[in-house]
Amino acid sequence: MKLREVVESLHLSVRSGEDRLDQAVTGGYAGDLLSDVIANSKAGNVWITMQVHVNIVAVAVLKDLAGIIIVQGRQPSEETLKKAKEEKVAIVVSDAPAFETGGRLYTLIDGSS
Amino acid sequence: MEDRFSHSFTIRGKHFIDAGKVSTEIKRLLKELGVRADIVRRVAIATYEAEMNVVMYAKDATVTLELTPRDIRIVIDDRGPGIADIELAMQEGFSTATSEMRELGFGAGLGLPNIKKNSDDFKIGSTVGAGTKLEITVFIN
Ligand SMILES: Nc1ncnc2c1ncn2[C@@H]1O[C@H](COP(=O)(O)OP(=O)(O)OP(=O)(O)O)[C@@H](O)[C@H]1O
Ligand SMILES: [Mg+2]
Repeated sequence: MKLREVVESLHLSVRSGEDRLDQAVTGGYAGDLLSDVIANSKAGNVWITMQVHVNIVAVAVLKDLAGIIIVQGRQPSEETLKKAKEEKVAIVVSDAPAFETGGRLYTLIDGSS
Repeated sequence: MEDRFSHSFTIRGKHFIDAGKVSTEIKRLLKELGVRADIVRRVAIATYEAEMNVVMYAKDATVTLELTPRDIRIVIDDRGPGIADIELAMQEGFSTATSEMRELGFGAGLGLPNIKKNSDDFKIGSTVGAGTKLEITVFIN
């Protein structure tokens, strides 16, 4: 499944990395503690989080994540967007909370395999 | 690949905006040098956790990256408060992160354990009131 299909099915709004939407999504990981995400996410995962500050970009780069879904309509900070554009990281926003976003993503990915 | 490649970087403490810069740079460099992706990722994770600890707890640090055909060695040598009880600091879940750091998603107490997990050899030494030195080695084969 491509990130684009996730964006379309879950009605997410793209804030950076428009050119990264053809990336393959291998699954997802949800968490707000960076070290936990670093330890447990896998390359190609989308990361579901409430965190909006600039440090989320480095985590996505280091773990080769497919993208970041920020939940509950929270907006990435200016610095976050600037860094995401530099590093070519896709950041998308979901208006739904983490539980619902994760649930929908799980159903979508599970149903496609 | 050259027989030996080495490069130094500096990390400034308390500089959250730049945080992750050195590990991102090291990741890019190793990739360009043709190191295998899973090895690059392990080095990058270990370096990132060490870098964030410098940003959060220390004044500044020198990072040295050394690449040979056999292994990748990263030394992070900081000037800072040091760690009084290393065994305690190494435990999963132990953290002295402030509430501000926790709000930013730090403070799971998983950084040092993550470094250890991602290295083939890991040494940590510290002098209270002076600083902390980490030596991380990842084998290439
Ligand atoms: N370079 C350092 N200088 C001084 N103290 C340190 C340093 N690195 C780690 N520590 C101490 O060791 C503790 C554990 O570090 P560790 O990286 O495992 O967790 P953390 O930084 O608190 O949280 P996380 O890394 O999960 O965000 C820290 O809370 C801090 O008290
Ligand atoms: Mg840490």
